[in-house]
Amino acid sequence: MDFLALLIICVKVLLVFAATMLTVLLMIYAERRISAFIQGRLGPNRVGPHGLLQPIADGIKFLMKEDIIPAGVDKPIYLLAPAMLLIPALMTFAVIPFGSDITLFGRNIPLQVADVNVGILYILALTSIGVYGLVLAGWASNSKYPLIGGLRSSAQLISYELTMGLAIVSIVLLSGSLRLNDIISQQQGHFLSWNVFKQPLAFLIFLIAVYAETNRLPFDLTEAEQELVGGYHTEYSSMKFAMFYMAEYANMITAAALTVTLFFGGWDLPFLNETSMGMLGVVLSVAAFILKTAFFLFLFIWVRWTFPRFRYDQLMNLGWKVMLPLALFNIFITAGYLALTI
Amino acid sequence: MTFLFYFVACLTIISALFVVLNRNPVYSAVMLVLCFFSIATLYLLLEAYFVAVLEIIIYAGAIMVLFLFVIMLLDLGREAALPKLKKLDKALSLFLVVIIFLGILTLTMWAGGDLHQTLNPSSVGDIKAVGKALFTDFLLPFEVASLLLLVALIGTVYLAKRRVK
Repeated sequence: MDFLALLIICVKVLLVFAATMLTVLLMIYAERRISAFIQGRLGPNRVGPHGLLQPIADGIKFLMKEDIIPAGVDKPIYLLAPAMLLIPALMTFAVIPFGSDITLFGRNIPLQVADVNVGILYILALTSIGVYGLVLAGWASNSKYPLIGGLRSSAQLISYELTMGLAIVSIVLLSGSLRLNDIISQQQGHFLSWNVFKQPLAFLIFLIAVYAETNRLPFDLTEAEQELVGGYHTEYSSMKFAMFYMAEYANMITAAALTVTLFFGGWDLPFLNETSMGMLGVVLSVAAFILKTAFFLFLFIWVRWTFPRFRYDQLMNLGWKVMLPLALFNIFITAGYLALTI
Repeated sequence: MTFLFYFVACLTIISALFVVLNRNPVYSAVMLVLCFFSIATLYLLLEAYFVAVLEIIIYAGAIMVLFLFVIMLLDLGREAALPKLKKLDKALSLFLVVIIFLGILTLTMWAGGDLHQTLNPSSVGDIKAVGKALFTDFLLPFEVASLLLLVALIGTVYLAKRRVK
């Protein structure tokens, strides 16, 4: 590996990190503005043009706040928990391709941090690691609301991870590969070759499971404020609370990007061959990826301010008695179809 | 690469030691997760990506989360709730550890043959190779393992239902 290759990797890592953090800021602003519009309010509109600098003001406020560590907490794990949630959330994006290959200095540079041949499994592994942050934060706080929130979250995440994995299996059956690049290239061309049209049931199951995995309404039982005050982060303040907040939004961004990659052709624009168009193709593909991801991020917010929350038993019943059998049925049909046609 | 191997191997052993020596079950669980991560890194160094990812998904992602869940539900982690070991217990466990360690050492150093097979590195990490091996050569152990899990599942349901009455 020469110096230039190392430099390119560093630049890509920084670029993806910066883009994720910037999108987190934008999402916090968008969430408050869109929720305000849905509820017939104006939302934050005083700091900067249209209130765009509001998230920066919020960040400064978080930094200035006193960092309170309650007396009864288990200190090492209490301090570790926010990082254990935020680090996997930021690492997940590394395998998602966000544009077609770019040619610079006579080199072919794929717009993706790491092209792993088990890309999908890497994402599943990191999402399952994220549970530790919630569970340990709940336990280390040594207080009843965080503990209940932490227990709920681990039960919920385990249940829905399984369903999400099974929905992904049917996609992997179609593409015959766990590399995200192969899954995208298999969806290129006409937009009817997008997986959402080939696997509508898998898409529905995946979308519902993703909302449960990111702890968003209608599945935000882990932090149900009416019954649990704030859930697992009740005892956290200042920047540590902000880290939980950022992790939630970072998870949403990755989830939206993953939905786009698996079911909507990733960076691919239908009816166009981006790789043969040079620089314009690269710009178009990145723009397509950002637009598609933005739509799913908007959907996250839209759903949050539209639907009421599930009760805990309803959540478990839906997960184990409806979604899981449906996902298995979908795999069975897909595998049967593939076995008969090949 | 060699430096990385020694570093990760040391991390594995130290974290494994902490799992055993820690009095607090939650800390032991966290250390065990660290241990699984170091083992996964060792697999990565061997270019067995699939096995590495499986290690994290199954052990760190599923099994240890359930362990933590149980520790928290039973509230074992609050005070160092475990009883102090008696002298006889200590001597007995030390004796067993030494015996088992020597046994493993003899197996790896002098058993030759079977344990020192060099595998084709491209096939170890390959999903197709793993799947094929699982459904041809190791079909019986695979099915027996799944039957074992089913039995455990039925047993759990039975125990849970009986308590309700």
